[in-house]
Amino acid sequence: MTETAPWGLLVLSILATYVWRALGVVLSARIQPDSAVFQWIACVSYAMVAGLIARMTILPIGALAETPTVDRLGAMALAFAVFFVLRRRILPAAVLGVAVFSLLVYLRALGILSV
Amino acid sequence: MSPNRREERQSAQTQSAQTQSAQAESDRALLRKALLGAAGFPSIVLFFSMTGFGSLARESGLTLGIALGATAGIWGLPGQLAMVELQLAGGDLVAVVMAVSLANARFLPMALVILPLLRLGLARKAWLFAMVQMMSLNPWAATLRESGRLNGRQRRLYFTSFATVCMSAALAGTAFGYFATGALPRPITLGLIFLNPLFFALLFATLEGRPTVLALILGAVCGPLLYLLSPDWGLLACGLLAGTAAFLLTRRRRGT
Repeated sequence: MTETAPWGLLVLSILATYVWRALGVVLSARIQPDSAVFQWIACVSYAMVAGLIARMTILPIGALAETPTVDRLGAMALAFAVFFVLRRRILPAAVLGVAVFSLLVYLRALGILSV
Repeated sequence: MSPNRREERQSAQTQSAQTQSAQAESDRALLRKALLGAAGFPSIVLFFSMTGFGSLARESGLTLGIALGATAGIWGLPGQLAMVELQLAGGDLVAVVMAVSLANARFLPMALVILPLLRLGLARKAWLFAMVQMMSLNPWAATLRESGRLNGRQRRLYFTSFATVCMSAALAGTAFGYFATGALPRPITLGLIFLNPLFFALLFATLEGRPTVLALILGAVCGPLLYLLSPDWGLLACGLLAGTAAFLLTRRRRGT
């Protein structure tokens, strides 16, 4: 690839992403916040976001892909258990989840833990 | 002018001065709330997930300018990752750009949900085209959470200040990751990248309301399955299928 090619790709990628945002501005002019259409779109948003988070956890792209799925799901399940036990407090649940996950990665690197 | 009327006007003036200063006061409090809220967990999560992106960009031979441009311009991690990884794999330009776009298709329904709240009382609607570029998961969720208590102008203040902090943290994280690849021990790095899905999962688990909760659960089940069927279109299909199902199921129940 030449020097300018990445910039061309970047500009096209930005525009292709902005299309969704701009389309939102144009279409939202006709949507009332208390209408059924609004509620349907809110449901679609939440479903897409939840689908994305689940995909990032179960089928991650990038560095997380090298970690075992059972570690990711286990750490997340533990974080959720703490979250609900502590009446939906995010901070302690997230800190514990990350700590457990890091510990699992560390133990596997040492060869102490195997699948 | 009768003394009575003068008094009336004076009291009206002091009243308007009072409301103005009260408004400035509440604006400052709101700004503080937005800045502090964004500077906490959202910024930490963004900083570290963008660190991952920055180091990936470096390893892929991209310049720092491209990496920062992608963070500020695409402003959605799945699309940014798609751009770097598919570019690296030597994909066809049209296919790469389409994959980047589809990876961030959630911005359309997200914009449709937040914009009716942000446009309330806005004289120049053109500003919405700038505001919508600042939108990402964190300021979106935070503004939705606070919107019930705020008027249109306050929502815009809250949203833009929250988003500005988030984007600053993301840009700082991208640059840090670009230069400090491998600076942290591997288990810590992976843990911090894992914070990204974990934090958002917990954040959305605080939401209530039958349609919302059902949409989140159905979406979480459909997302990975449909992604296996089609990495490009899976997420869009997941949103439409699971979202529509959640909407219809809770609606029918409410009707009977």
